[in-house]
Amino acid sequence: MKRIALAFALATAFSAQAVEYTQVQPDKSAINFVYKQMNVAVDGKFKRFSSQLSFDPAKPTAAKASFDVELASVDTGAQEGDDEVAGKPWFNTKAFPTAKFVSTGVKALGGNKYEVTGQLNIKGKTQDVVVPATFTAQGSNGIFEGSFTIRRADFSIGEGSWAKFDIVANDVLIKFRITAISK
Amino acid sequence: MTNHYTSTAKGLHWLMAILLFGLLALGFYMHDLPLSPEKLQLYSWHKWAGVSAFMLVLIRLGWRVTHIPPALPANMPKLMQLAAHAGHLALYGLMLAIPLSGWLMSSAKGFQTVWFGILPIPDLLDKNKELGNLLQTVHQGLNLIFVATLLGHIGAALKHHFIDKDDILTRILPRHSKEN
Repeated sequence: MKRIALAFALATAFSAQAVEYTQVQPDKSAINFVYKQMNVAVDGKFKRFSSQLSFDPAKPTAAKASFDVELASVDTGAQEGDDEVAGKPWFNTKAFPTAKFVSTGVKALGGNKYEVTGQLNIKGKTQDVVVPATFTAQGSNGIFEGSFTIRRADFSIGEGSWAKFDIVANDVLIKFRITAISK
Repeated sequence: MTNHYTSTAKGLHWLMAILLFGLLALGFYMHDLPLSPEKLQLYSWHKWAGVSAFMLVLIRLGWRVTHIPPALPANMPKLMQLAAHAGHLALYGLMLAIPLSGWLMSSAKGFQTVWFGILPIPDLLDKNKELGNLLQTVHQGLNLIFVATLLGHIGAALKHHFIDKDDILTRILPRHSKEN
């Protein structure tokens, strides 16, 4: 009898852990980027993106994430910068309005650390990326944070006169903070 | 009897004259350019030169307060003397305010100033588009006032030299050996 009670207690404890975070809260989520312009760090952000997420801390390897970032929602801090990067040499948002990330696997690294592998598609080009991320539960909110570096040349972002890296560096750090609530 | 400025004062005056004309020309030229790598390059150079000009004006003010400049001609009307002092005060004020407004504008626009790409100048303001645009207007406005004040400065120097025929212009020029 005692044993059954213990097993039951354990099972409920375990199922209480098994919450799945699925509902992304756009107002509490952000995708920012940092790049170097003549060696000076400059940051910007994307104002609009949609995402599908399912993450159960008890079953991290089953987790899935996909993001669609509306590239025209870029905020470089200056209007002429926003207009420029929407144009053909950069994102060419008329032909390629969204950047897409789809996860292919999640590895738990211990503690609250995870490694998400996935495919990033920007401007018709797809690259495999590895994204280190952390997960923090805050009440009913689950917060996913992380950053990874892409090379803009891999996606032909900044062509023609911008193709050299002396003014705008090749490396771009993508930072994200995604808040999702459990169902 | 010497009525010349010190060599240091002359050197700083002409060094800054060259630098500030360059900065003004570059500023008015680059701001209308379409965005390009060259434009970003020019903006960086403008900011580096602007920080340099700010450093120089501080040195110059330090020199100015520790060295009494030659007096204005005694026969100059009091009102004209007052105008001369007010003009110089305005020039110094603008030489301080213009780089400061440029620095704050860069901060508000989210583009930190890094002197010669090496020394980061701290951002005093957080990124704020509206404030950035406002400071841009302030920077432009101050420069237009500066151009007007400079025209007055140069016009006055030429008037002293060619009409009043006094030593106001020559005492800031390099000394000719025959005068010694």
